[in-house]
Amino acid sequence: MIFESNSQDETFAFGEKLGAEARPGEIYCLDGDLGVGKTVFTQGFAKGLGITDYVNSPTFTIVKEYEGRLPLYHFDVYRIGDPSEMEEIGYEEYFYGQGVTIIEWPELILDLIPAEAKWIRISKDLSKGFDYRKIEY
Amino acid sequence: MSDISILGIESSCDETAAAVVRNGREVLSNVISSQIAIHTEYGGVVPEIASRKHLEKIDEVIKTALTEADCTFHDIDAIAVTYGPGLVGALLVGVAEAKALAWALNKPLIGVHHIEGHVSANYIENKDLEPPFACLIVSGGHTHLVVVKDYGEFEIVGRSRDDAAGEAFDKVARAVGLGYPGGPKIDQAAKSGDPKAIRFPRGEVAGSPYDFSFSGIKSAVLNYINSAHMKEEPINVPDLCASFQESVTDSLVSRSIRLCQERGFTKLAIAGGVASNSHIRARMEEECLKNHIRFYRPSPILCTDNAAMIGTAGYYEFIKGKRDGLDLNAKPNLKLGER
Repeated sequence: MIFESNSQDETFAFGEKLGAEARPGEIYCLDGDLGVGKTVFTQGFAKGLGITDYVNSPTFTIVKEYEGRLPLYHFDVYRIGDPSEMEEIGYEEYFYGQGVTIIEWPELILDLIPAEAKWIRISKDLSKGFDYRKIEY
Repeated sequence: MSDISILGIESSCDETAAAVVRNGREVLSNVISSQIAIHTEYGGVVPEIASRKHLEKIDEVIKTALTEADCTFHDIDAIAVTYGPGLVGALLVGVAEAKALAWALNKPLIGVHHIEGHVSANYIENKDLEPPFACLIVSGGHTHLVVVKDYGEFEIVGRSRDDAAGEAFDKVARAVGLGYPGGPKIDQAAKSGDPKAIRFPRGEVAGSPYDFSFSGIKSAVLNYINSAHMKEEPINVPDLCASFQESVTDSLVSRSIRLCQERGFTKLAIAGGVASNSHIRARMEEECLKNHIRFYRPSPILCTDNAAMIGTAGYYEFIKGKRDGLDLNAKPNLKLGER
């Protein structure tokens, strides 16, 4: 399906809707370039999960955990050089646990992504304006 | 009172460091082995490489720190180590080393919060600085505006809602092809640019006057680049860097000064890797002068991740009586003010 967003607020609201519907054990792969709004989407998603804590970039520590209706595990694997490095972080406990996992830059660890993971692709189309985003899910 | 010497150990990200600090403010040695050259090849810190390199370096770094301080393990009163936040594998190397030393030498062990360490770096060169004061902490992973109420006691007043300040520098540097580490590269490129050439947003967060949003500034820069590409116009990289840096600096300076004015602080300190940015330092100094605020900033070597700051923070925990057990664990997501 495709959702078209014309602002950060719409991207946030779309994330919130998906977060409200998320179920235990689900994995969401968030694919998109620098600056497409992956963090904004995730912030909305977290709100949908009932998380009140600030959700900020996990780039520095690779994963951040939040407590809500369900736990949220927010990964940014941009700095992972080799998929085997994910083992050091203990990714299996997150991916196969009872919380919901969001992964930014999932294509860097493709081999580790379970087949049932949901993919969300966010892209720009500058011919439709700077704020336009196509969200495929 | 007899002297107290603390061995500080730091390995939370890409520097392996050890230092000996006497009585909290006198640095006897400060050894840093950086991995920046290795990670530059990969465009950022690679976690697995980071922990492996820490493991290779840590014994040598500690030995050098003791030798340069002209002391032995027996002269050390306690071992202070960063236990979070940071990369879990990297933190574990330092924590395991510190625990092994504490156990083998029968010395007290003190877990130190990495950000408390950065704040404490200000005590080293400013012997007169005592809490309370306002402090801005800006690094690759953190952006916090805090009130330092006492040694090791903080009130968080503002924080980044998305990317850390240093992360914004890294991402913009990547977008304009300057590479890693982004902070120094942009600082350098900006020197020949016009900070008023392009007006980027100031990262305000509605309803939270002390919070920061650097993701919005980053997006504005990316939009500017995209738009130039579409119009097939060349990008003036120095102007872009200077303008981006100006917008980040404005957002940091305005909130810090506002905190001092509203709460009546006459002392403002900065800390963290981004605090070595020359433009941020100069603008902060200028605004503090105008507003009769005394401005404190560590030398660049003490802004970067180092163990002297951990030794200093550890000293103040030590004299307060804090001791950790051998069950001390690395906490990658440790929050400021959390134990």
